[in-house]
Amino acid sequence: MAEFRRAYGAAPWHLLLLAGCFAVTGWIALRLAGEASALRMLLWFLGAVIAHDLVLFPVYASLDRALRRALGRAGAPSPLNHVRVPALGAGLLFLVYLPGILGLGDGTYLAATGLAPRALLGRWLAVSGALLAASALLYAARLLARRAR
Amino acid sequence: MPASPPPPDDAPSAAPAALWRGLARHRPPGVDAADRAWRSPVRGPWLTSVLGAVLLATLPLVIVTGLLDWIAYGPRLDQAFPRDVGWLHPPVFDWPTRPAWLFRVTQGLHVTLGIVLVPVVLGKLWSVVPKLFDWPPARSAAQLLERLSLLLLVGGILFQTATGLLNIQYAYLFGFDFYTAHWYGAWIFTAALVTHVAVKLPRLVTALRGPGFVRTPVERTRPEPADPDGLVARRPGPATMSRRGVLALVGGGALLLAALTVGQSVDGLRRTALLLPRGRRIDDGPTGFPVNRSVAAAGVTPEQTGPGWRLTLRAGNRTVTLDRARLLGLAQHTAVLPIACVEGWSTSQTWTGVRLRDLAALVGAAGPATARVRSLERAGLFREAVLHGGQVTDPDALLALRVNGVDLSPDHGYPARIIVPALPGVHCTKWVAEIVFDG
Ligand code: HEM
Repeated sequence: MAEFRRAYGAAPWHLLLLAGCFAVTGWIALRLAGEASALRMLLWFLGAVIAHDLVLFPVYASLDRALRRALGRAGAPSPLNHVRVPALGAGLLFLVYLPGILGLGDGTYLAATGLAPRALLGRWLAVSGALLAASALLYAARLLARRAR
Repeated sequence: MPASPPPPDDAPSAAPAALWRGLARHRPPGVDAADRAWRSPVRGPWLTSVLGAVLLATLPLVIVTGLLDWIAYGPRLDQAFPRDVGWLHPPVFDWPTRPAWLFRVTQGLHVTLGIVLVPVVLGKLWSVVPKLFDWPPARSAAQLLERLSLLLLVGGILFQTATGLLNIQYAYLFGFDFYTAHWYGAWIFTAALVTHVAVKLPRLVTALRGPGFVRTPVERTRPEPADPDGLVARRPGPATMSRRGVLALVGGGALLLAALTVGQSVDGLRRTALLLPRGRRIDDGPTGFPVNRSVAAAGVTPEQTGPGWRLTLRAGNRTVTLDRARLLGLAQHTAVLPIACVEGWSTSQTWTGVRLRDLAALVGAAGPATARVRSLERAGLFREAVLHGGQVTDPDALLALRVNGVDLSPDHGYPARIIVPALPGVHCTKWVAEIVFDG
């Protein structure tokens, strides 16, 4: 037992569990291997990880770093989070509702429903603007409250 | 990570030691810089575990409601997609008709919760992201396997979320079959999640005893004590947000998404789904509720649905043909029933028409085992749907002719459509031409 642990790096149940996990994936991979679109699925699966780890994360982390550099030392109360929070909110909405905002499904929507797709970009900008404005108002209120003290 | 990994700088002890030691020594350019760049003082096992606990409590709901969607399609009637799934499926049963809101709730939860959890997933990934760039990538075979399984875990949730989000927004950019991909993706993700939870649960429970939820001002926010997993930054910078602040930010993101999504499923709030295609009524009239597929898209023509339209009922070798006037002359029944789309949106309306069981009796099939409903539509995937016996005999199961006191509009299925309690919208066949009762 101790011998196994030393060689493998964890208890036997750990190996068993992971073997189960890979067995499921392996079985699915074999099942899908015959599908014409199997490669696309694999690319989207791996692409999703790459898009998050090597694109989305570095982008938002660098933007945040730049923001901290610009605002980090600005007076008290710090405006940093009053920019960060609405920016993250706007970014989150963009990410989740991106297909609609960029109109990527417009053709399919029109063909299916016969309705003209609505322009969602303007709405997203409006919601983002509202978030930013609310945050700015809150900041102004905090500044005033501090002055009053 | 195995249950008790060696501290980051220890010499690897697992065999083959030379391999792991060599890997640790050959640091590719950039890893040291990356290592120094992790400065956030709030990253640590407590924050990661709180976010993990939220996902542990909610993701099973997303998984189960997803599997229920597959069951609701009717695998026993060979109608669930993908069709041939081998042994890997949940137990199948006939989808019930009661409560009538069942599918509205399960599928609404699936899609809404899936959307609302996006910031929690992103927050959780942020909290562990230094581990992704860790060097060496593994110090034992156990760690290597575990990291590979994390690829399945992270890839799985991102893949499910991306395909789901594209699907509900009509953007089928991926170019593969949604059902097949989302179904098998779900199993890969579920297997990886079970593995991950089994390995990490003890750590999660201990780590939750950490800093706790008490209010700590930003200036007094300190890193957690160094942890064996190396989540806590070795050179933390000054705090710009407290741990509570980070959780509030994630929670606020979830609330924001919830506020902009529930309108898909709640009639009074429809217009609040500002950024989703289903946050929309066609008009303010009685037939202004959302439409997934228009009569034009279905290729059904006014000639087909005009005075020449006939409904054909069959059972065995008996056939009955009815025009719309005769149908309106039969006993009419009115029921308030939701129509709930597989894409998560739903709406409740007042439908009037002939009970399906009355139509069955009309062709001498009092207790049919199934009813095969055919539409005038020629091409769509759902031009035909099979109902099981319980769905035919439910007292509220209707061939609807009217809705909210007026005739169905062409887009809602005029001259006649199926509406059955708790039946997924795709099987509430519109522009019905024929019903074949069996058994
Ligand atoms: C944890 C991640 C998820 C898991 C494990 C999961 C699992 C499932 C499963 C097993 C099904 C049934 C598939 C079938 O019938 O072939 C399903 C259906 C569906 N899922 Fe998910 N899902 C996840 C996330 C999401 C998200 C985030 C969305 C969208 C926002 C989404 C949207 C849908 C839709 C629209 C369907 C119905 C498809 C249809 O029947 O036409 N899913 N899901």
